[in-house]
Amino acid sequence: MSRRVVFPNRVLPYLLLAPQVAITLVFFFWPAFQAVRQSLYRDDPFGFSSRFVGLANFELVLSDPNYINSLKVTVIFSLSVAVLALVAALLLAVMADRVVRGKRIYQTLLIWPYAVAPAIAGMLWLFLFSPAMGTLAVMLRDTGYDWNPLLNGDQAMAMVVGAAAWKQISYNFLFFLAGLQAIPKSLIEAAAIDGAGPAKRFWTIVFPLLSPTSFFLLVVNTVYAFFDTFGIIHAVTGGGPARATETLVYKVYNDGFVNLNLGASSAQSVILMAIVITLTVIQFKYVERRVHYA
Amino acid sequence: MQRIHATIAVSAFALLAMTLTTATPARAQTEIQWWHAMSGANNETVENLAKEFNATQTEFKVVPVYKGTYPETLNAGIAAFRARQPPHIIQVFDVGTGVMMGARSAIKPVADVLKEAGQNFDKSNYLSGIVSYYSAADGTMLSFPFNSSSPILYYNKASFRKAGLDPEAPPKTWPETFEAAKKIKASGQSCGMTTTWPTWIHLENFSAWNNLPYATGENGLTTLTPELKINSPLNIRHFQTLAELQKDGTFQYGGRTSEAKSKFLSGECAMMPESSGGIGDMVKAGMDFGTGNLPYYPEATGAPQNTIPGGASLWVFAGKPAADYKGVAQFFTFLSTTEVQSRLHQVSGYLPATMAAYEATKKSGFYEKNPGREIPIQQMMGKAPTENSKGVRLVNMPQVRDIQNEEIEALLNGKQDAKTALDNAVRRSNAAILEAAKAYQ
Repeated sequence: MSRRVVFPNRVLPYLLLAPQVAITLVFFFWPAFQAVRQSLYRDDPFGFSSRFVGLANFELVLSDPNYINSLKVTVIFSLSVAVLALVAALLLAVMADRVVRGKRIYQTLLIWPYAVAPAIAGMLWLFLFSPAMGTLAVMLRDTGYDWNPLLNGDQAMAMVVGAAAWKQISYNFLFFLAGLQAIPKSLIEAAAIDGAGPAKRFWTIVFPLLSPTSFFLLVVNTVYAFFDTFGIIHAVTGGGPARATETLVYKVYNDGFVNLNLGASSAQSVILMAIVITLTVIQFKYVERRVHYA
Repeated sequence: MQRIHATIAVSAFALLAMTLTTATPARAQTEIQWWHAMSGANNETVENLAKEFNATQTEFKVVPVYKGTYPETLNAGIAAFRARQPPHIIQVFDVGTGVMMGARSAIKPVADVLKEAGQNFDKSNYLSGIVSYYSAADGTMLSFPFNSSSPILYYNKASFRKAGLDPEAPPKTWPETFEAAKKIKASGQSCGMTTTWPTWIHLENFSAWNNLPYATGENGLTTLTPELKINSPLNIRHFQTLAELQKDGTFQYGGRTSEAKSKFLSGECAMMPESSGGIGDMVKAGMDFGTGNLPYYPEATGAPQNTIPGGASLWVFAGKPAADYKGVAQFFTFLSTTEVQSRLHQVSGYLPATMAAYEATKKSGFYEKNPGREIPIQQMMGKAPTENSKGVRLVNMPQVRDIQNEEIEALLNGKQDAKTALDNAVRRSNAAILEAAKAYQ
């Protein structure tokens, strides 16, 4: 049976679509087109002179060792955030699902961090770990550990990964919990009767049945780490020290709005756009097919 | 149901009435938009200044608008200019001076604004060290020196006493400062010294104060593509010493801007070079602190020379109706009055913009009552500036500072030595300057 809805009126469907199309055109296609155009020009900050330079901006960006560095930083950052946020959330969801007393309270409390704005989350972590005044930083240093994320790039990275993952755990938790509750109890009970322990039950039944959720979350988390963590990085490290936490998105901001090099900044946006388009195509064409949807 | 309708109708009418009354001013006033980046106590000062000026006359109304941090304010101004809706006045930090000067047709020199409006304008009334920094090569004063500062040394008197140092005699030179830091560390304190603004204090002012070139072409004043000179033996020696002291915590890096202040205020670090404009926070914290001049190297010829101004100035955008500029000129004249300038200087720790305000403050006995408050002015005015100390001007100063900060951070983290760090900073900065200058050629 065909699921297609057929409108008797030929104009109406277009009218109904129009608002969405208009919004997409104004807020997506137009800025995207502007970015592409700008990436081919070299402007002074005030826009007096605008010179067509062809692909020179792209050449400049791709031959810049800092850009390659920022690419590496982004990959490390995104993978760390996604893995950390997924594993921690899964662990919490499995435990919250098993707990009997006060289930609601645990679940509610675990969802709270999601309501915190990224910049605020960043500030909270900064207050805990700032070498000058952070409560946890002082404790760390008292144990003799040389905690100084202002100079140590790895420590700074750990700090932004921690803050970014912490904020995302609640979101993942919610989906995992829903996923767990959707698994038929009869399957697990049958396995238990057959003599499978909790670990065995988890790996052979629960985990495979959670794979659609996990895959969906992996995509969402990667996109989150790529694009929605600007506020955290801006508040906690500002991309430093020595560019150790400068992700691609942060570099676009820094080159465009701090260094006022709009051409190079736009070229980077265009490259980012290409990366996202590629990722989306791969996701829908190849990866999604292999995931088992229950 | 009807009552609800009635309520809605009444409130709608009230709203409409409110809009109408607020939209129609009592007299036809011309609004002067003033975008600034002053937060906290300084924001109140800005609001009060506007209020006072508005009370002195009825023709113009200055409207201050807080636009975020210094870089955010500059960007907002540039974006507004590109959209043909710039404010009349914008506060731009020292680092953005080169950016504004590179865009001469976007701005109207303050000297012209004042002269055209028939205001009494004499450049020599203003502090020369500051005015020369905000002037074009031909001497035209381009922006109004609103809040200028000079870096000075703050020290914790209690820590000095504990370490057996004289709390009334701060170290004058860098070698003395490092010795003092070591003694303080040896007396059991975890940190001898820190610093705010590593690039502004340890590169830009370091060069001017020790009479060393920062860059070719009078530090960029006479050329669009200067080459940095910050890898001289003295520069290298200074940073190598800092890097060595960082290893055992005698010196502790605190961040790229003024984050290190909390290390000083908490009593963790005993000494800190910082902007004179930061004095308000030290006073507010109620700590027993003293101030001294910015340290220098006695072996540098001519040192101490003079420091270059930090802080910010007010720029006027071009392309507004002539009548508006009359209001802007009146406002600047108001800001230049001795009474306003003396008060600003004494409350905020920023430098007075005019000689008269300096003299008046001197006469009032303020400096005797507040020892150390004259230091920043003496540092800036003590000697006529040389070509090494008039100021630093690069079209992409924010970017160059970023590069320098990165190399300094890698140095202090033990990843490279001072020579490599400064050589890298010079090489990368020069390339970035060439690239940025292309947009202006």
